[in-house]
Amino acid sequence: MIEVDSLTKQFGTKCAVNSLSFTVQKGEVLGFLGPNGAGKSTTMRMITGFIPPTSGDAKVCGISIIDNPNAAKTKIGYLPESAPLYNDMTVLGFLKFCAAIRGLKGTAKNDAVERAIDTCFLGSVAKQSIDTLSKGYRHRTCLAQALLHDPEVLILDEPTDGLDPNQKFEVRQLIKRLGQTKAILFSTHILEEVEASCTRAVIVDRGKIVADGTPAELLAQSETGSLTDLFRKVTSSDTAHAAA
Amino acid sequence: MSSCTIYKRELSSYFSQPTAYAIIVIFLIFSLGLTFTFGEFMRTGDSSLEWTFLFWHPWVYMLLAPAVGMKLWADEQRTGTIELLGTFPVSTWSAIIGKFMAAATVWLIALILTFPIVATVNYLGNPDNGAIFAGYIGSFLVCCTFLSITMLVSACTRDQVVCLIVSVAICVLVVLCGYDPVTRELSKVVSPGVLEGIVAIGVWDHFSSLNSGLFRLKDFIWFGSIIFVCLLGTSAILSSKRA
Repeated sequence: MIEVDSLTKQFGTKCAVNSLSFTVQKGEVLGFLGPNGAGKSTTMRMITGFIPPTSGDAKVCGISIIDNPNAAKTKIGYLPESAPLYNDMTVLGFLKFCAAIRGLKGTAKNDAVERAIDTCFLGSVAKQSIDTLSKGYRHRTCLAQALLHDPEVLILDEPTDGLDPNQKFEVRQLIKRLGQTKAILFSTHILEEVEASCTRAVIVDRGKIVADGTPAELLAQSETGSLTDLFRKVTSSDTAHAAA
Repeated sequence: MSSCTIYKRELSSYFSQPTAYAIIVIFLIFSLGLTFTFGEFMRTGDSSLEWTFLFWHPWVYMLLAPAVGMKLWADEQRTGTIELLGTFPVSTWSAIIGKFMAAATVWLIALILTFPIVATVNYLGNPDNGAIFAGYIGSFLVCCTFLSITMLVSACTRDQVVCLIVSVAICVLVVLCGYDPVTRELSKVVSPGVLEGIVAIGVWDHFSSLNSGLFRLKDFIWFGSIIFVCLLGTSAILSSKRA
């Protein structure tokens, strides 16, 4: 469903993503791990068509995001990192706008909005203005926007960032449930999340994949049986960069 | 279709907040205030509205039009919603058109709300309504030109205040270039060729002819090309920022 083929992004002299390749199949939840600045968000932005890659290509359901961006974008639901929203709208208004822009009309639009509100437990704040929402609700509103058109591919950039433990649990359950019928790529810093909801995980560091496998395989790679130790072993920290 | 959706969102955003109301009220106070004070509406007894009312519009627009357009892209970049817009299946152009039309609609409403002055001259005198209509079209085109300049600036920055200051500065320049007292002063220091160039940048040559009821193709081409170039520039800047 998602085929990433030697995706590269160069910002000036800095190579943010260096010839990255991987695939995500239907029914698979791929955890995208890596330290800050490893190129996770940049990769996701390229797959979703927000920024053009320097070289390489990404295909979503067989459609190239470079050759046919609008057709590919219809297949993707995307939750950006900071969960941006139009603060002057209500939750309901915002979701209706997103549904309309995705080409949904009439009852199909209303049904989609209703479904997304139910899935993300937004019923109690549906008529509330977005700028009065707490962070958890903001995140879920943005997640609801990604689910509206029932996309085959979901790309979630740190979907549990800033949520309380209860909300984290709910979102992980949601990802797991949605993962049965969709291809999901989600990035995270939280290593327990990998075991909790991923069927496979890759670790990226400085734009390159440094580890790839199912959670069990990754655990086996680690000498101590801890993902944190493996993560620390294969990635380089900021402080090591500064020292070098 | 997607332009239409974005247009509706932007327009409702103007009216769900105090922005549009404040701008419209201030515009009405200023434009009508100038008409009755410096425009000497009551004393001149001129029912054409050319000098008493419409003449003041570019002066008011140069300060107020950027206030309507400044948020269009600056806010989108500051809050990060541009990332949502950029991953929806819509082209940058349809977003630009939708936003531009929404801002223009706010001004269209403001202009329509000046109807009492047209009713007044029709009651008091016997004006040429065709000429007044042409003046209104000229006024609206000046406003759209300033909005397109603001939109271009707004694509360059995520800070609305910076956008407002820079856009107002550019619009003031466009108004002053070609304004008679300014050109008279300039003619003393620059060569006629340069002066002609400066006048060509200015809005008056094109606005005044429409304001006097004259439909000249070259004026429409002037307004149209500036708007088009600014919108094209907006699209280029937005794309280059993502690269």
